[in-house]
Amino acid sequence: MGKIELKQVTKSFGDVQVIPPLDLTIEDGEFTVFVGPSGCGKSTLLRLIAGLEDITSGHIEIDGKDATNLVPAKRGLAMVFQSYALYPHMSVRKNIAFPLKMAKMDQAAIKKRVEGAAQVLNLTDYLDRRPGQLSGGQRQRVAIGRAIVREPSAFLFDEPLSNLDAALRVGMRMEISELHKKLDTTMVYVTHDQVEAMTMADKIVVLQAGVIEQVGSPLELYRAPRNIFVAGFIGSPKMNLISGAEAASHDAHTIGIRPEHIDVVESDGQWQGTVGVSEHLGSDTFFHIHNTGLADTLTVRAIGDVNLRHGDTIHLKPRTAEFHRFDAQGLRIA
Amino acid sequence: MARAVTPRRKALFTMIAWAIGLVIFFPILWTILTSFKTEAQAISDPPVFLFFDWTLENYSVVQERSNYMRFLWNSVIIAGGSTLLGVMIAVPAAWSMAFVPSTRTKDILLWMLSTKMLPAVGVLYPIYLIFIELGLLDTRTGLVIVLMLINLPIIVWMLYTYFKEIPGEILEAARMDGATLKEEILYVLTPMAIPGIASTVLLNFILAWNEAFWTLNLTAAKAAPLTAFIASYSSPEGLFYAKLSAASTMAIAPILILGWFSQKQLVRGLTFGAVK
Repeated sequence: MGKIELKQVTKSFGDVQVIPPLDLTIEDGEFTVFVGPSGCGKSTLLRLIAGLEDITSGHIEIDGKDATNLVPAKRGLAMVFQSYALYPHMSVRKNIAFPLKMAKMDQAAIKKRVEGAAQVLNLTDYLDRRPGQLSGGQRQRVAIGRAIVREPSAFLFDEPLSNLDAALRVGMRMEISELHKKLDTTMVYVTHDQVEAMTMADKIVVLQAGVIEQVGSPLELYRAPRNIFVAGFIGSPKMNLISGAEAASHDAHTIGIRPEHIDVVESDGQWQGTVGVSEHLGSDTFFHIHNTGLADTLTVRAIGDVNLRHGDTIHLKPRTAEFHRFDAQGLRIA
Repeated sequence: MARAVTPRRKALFTMIAWAIGLVIFFPILWTILTSFKTEAQAISDPPVFLFFDWTLENYSVVQERSNYMRFLWNSVIIAGGSTLLGVMIAVPAAWSMAFVPSTRTKDILLWMLSTKMLPAVGVLYPIYLIFIELGLLDTRTGLVIVLMLINLPIIVWMLYTYFKEIPGEILEAARMDGATLKEEILYVLTPMAIPGIASTVLLNFILAWNEAFWTLNLTAAKAAPLTAFIASYSSPEGLFYAKLSAASTMAIAPILILGWFSQKQLVRGLTFGAVK
């Protein structure tokens, strides 16, 4: 069990309200990702759920019970920190055993659980080492091990992969996703990386300035962003946003079209422009196009390696059915 | 690129360092040497350096005249007790200042340090009266309290500096793991700050051991530590340099030996956090 409900939760630091009244339900077993630019309040929100920060007003319920005033340890949650936050003076074994020792569990049971967790996380050979003797990825696994031995009702992850290099990050991403499938426990995950959010989440919560902009599955957010902020934040490369006459011709203040929804054609394109920087990835090519008369830069994704050079004229054909239309307030027009 | 140091330069620096070291150490060395001279040799002009008749007479006289062990024991209790009590009070204080600071934390730290700038004699009279009132005059308990209070600002400051180096996330992790505040301080914070705590303890033990103003003014016979033991040999009548030196050597020997064996720890603690 691990259903978390936030009801009219607010948080202020002094006179500054960082989280205006907010409601959110995280269902049992769900992998929920909080995503948003830095300073959007996503980590603060996670810390409020953890109990590491006190909420200013409102209620937090965990499994239907009021947890608003409970200390972190009594909430039945485990947390994995960005810096791993391992105890440097303890061996891996003692690190993982620490929450069980605090729970006054008997030695034999602790040993069994620690070894079980070590096996799941491939840490068996490292149990007697100190955290300082481990690589970044191994440390992260120890931090996860320390979280899973408690068998918490939910896991909280605060940007756990941002200290790892790119290759390791992809690997750990898969491991965490698999762990979620295996344990079938609620996970709340904070990241500023929308790729992490898209690949891991059952449900994404997009935050900006402490306000929830949209909640939905990755594909819901991709297909039907509720406003311009979400439209620009979800998807890589970013959605092209066009205003002015072109938008007006579609009865909108702003229209959005994703780079993958604009086709490069030989001639007779609806739009045309000059090729600026091109990024050749092999499988795809991203063109940054200028002088279209639509926006400063238009990003277009072409499949495979398309041979166009800097300064060439490019013809483009947008798939009009994929247009996202927004009104003057930036809200989606259905 | 690493800065190149030529062997000649290195030799020069080594010589300068040794010269400074010897200048600082010379008075202590002279005291130790004098303690092995006769009273006549101790005041001879020109002074004799190494070539004199070495004697242990001063030590046996000092030993006969006064009970060294009792002074030593008082010193150990007063220095050890005040340091221990100080650390017990300072650990929670430094914890709160380092991890849950308020807007006034910096002011409090500065105010605490400012009390060290007050000349001790300025508060001698009120403290003396309070001691009489509470019956603490010439008691070890009284001295433990006074020396603890006097060194507390330094202990808090040192511990605060070490605690600041410990990432708050680790303590939060402990809290998530179910540690109570006591367990968090006992199992996580303290072991991580051990080098810092050790050097704080050592430094304050040495400061308390050497403290003379309060120990001389607030004791008479019963609670007198080694500082009083030395002072009792510096009488205005008669010249007993050799005996005074013997007493001094006996008084500083324990702390000198302690300092010698813990110098690595002391240096490590004092530079703790300087290099990550």
